[in-house]
Amino acid sequence: MVTLSVTDLVIAALLVLMLALLSWRQRAGISRQLVIAALRTALQLTLIGMVLRVLFANAELGWVALLALMMLLIAGREVMVRQERRFSGWWGYAIGTVSMFLSSFAVTVFALVVILGSDPWYTPQYAIPLLGMLLGNTMNGIAIAMDRLTSAAWEKRNIIEARLMLGERWDRAVSDLRVQAVRSGMIPIINAMAAAGVVSLPGMMTGQILAGAAPVEAVKYQILIMFLIAVGTGLGTLAAITIGSRHLFDDRQRLCLERLKSG
Amino acid sequence: MLGPVSMAVDAGDCVCISGPSGSGKSLLLRALADLDPHDGQVWLDNRACSTTPADEWRKAVGLLPPESSWWFPGVLEHFHNGVPLPLDHVGLTTAILDKPVIQLSSGERQRLALLRLLSNRPRVLLLDEPTANLDPENTRRIETVITDYRREHAAAVIWVSHDSEQVKRIANRLFKLTDGTLQEQEMEWAPWLH
Repeated sequence: MVTLSVTDLVIAALLVLMLALLSWRQRAGISRQLVIAALRTALQLTLIGMVLRVLFANAELGWVALLALMMLLIAGREVMVRQERRFSGWWGYAIGTVSMFLSSFAVTVFALVVILGSDPWYTPQYAIPLLGMLLGNTMNGIAIAMDRLTSAAWEKRNIIEARLMLGERWDRAVSDLRVQAVRSGMIPIINAMAAAGVVSLPGMMTGQILAGAAPVEAVKYQILIMFLIAVGTGLGTLAAITIGSRHLFDDRQRLCLERLKSG
Repeated sequence: MLGPVSMAVDAGDCVCISGPSGSGKSLLLRALADLDPHDGQVWLDNRACSTTPADEWRKAVGLLPPESSWWFPGVLEHFHNGVPLPLDHVGLTTAILDKPVIQLSSGERQRLALLRLLSNRPRVLLLDEPTANLDPENTRRIETVITDYRREHAAAVIWVSHDSEQVKRIANRLFKLTDGTLQEQEMEWAPWLH
């Protein structure tokens, strides 16, 4: 396996800087964000690398759970800020976070205990990367789906209320919106599964091959991960849309758009 | 802000509400259909709104908003209870049922929206300027359809209208809403209503 030196990373960083310079001259207005994002990548990954080194040396359930909880809370915040219109107050944070907890955590624990069977089941070398991949994808799915749901509810408020006026129940009045939202949340992972191996070589498999694993072994892991991600994303999106669409209405089935705020 | 207001409407009554814009007429209708949070209580046949499931209440107390909304591509898909009366009663033909909603004028949509509402057989009709987009001929047709429905089903009608001539034609009671306060007005005697 080829190990990377600091110089190797500096060279790659120079490429990013070149791109930033280029887009600055083109006045694309994105160079600042690009540099900040690149810096965040370097900083955050270095930090997590050090955290994982310590964690792998002290594989205790408490520490693994603590890191997992932090990952969940950060992902929950990420889901919230990515929605243009979101529920105000705690709901905006809780819907995504609870849905990810229900889906990503459950699927990860299930895979660790039933499928991988590592000993102990929370062995951080398995648990943390697995949870990370699930959370990352579920987060995307939920953020897209919730953004879609809340913006559609805002745009189609006249239609939703017209359906309520005709005596439709709240869940029927937003059934189209729910279907659309769940669909848009799940499309990315469905596309990824459909294109896997043909158009794109998935990252984890590539990583295992780079680290010297046999391709067939790497492929088996990738298939497992893809399936777990699909289930996690699907369940998480369904949970978020179920909770979120209910919270668009009060106990008298009135559309409560004042519960949304923009930005 | 609206209210407090208090009124009792008998079955088969047609009550008109008029008042300057912004006086809360639409808010009053929305509160009666339980679409906005409100204080106070609404009763229908001794059953309180708050003890009736919201969807059941709105089926019985049907609100027709000034602008109609459509969510399926075709007209007919919106009529899952069937079309309640012949389309020529509202100046339309059956061909319109096969048209895409997007091709209809706002007046056609408004008339179809009334039929869609009537297909629920509501006990109470809340009409928010239902003839605002219509020419005099179709206005008369709509007035006739609503009056017939009211008599046939002993339905109560609460009708927001600005047109004092229309009020004389259709209503047997008149209320004026000013700054959120409701006051009953003297009606000119309209013998054909009684």
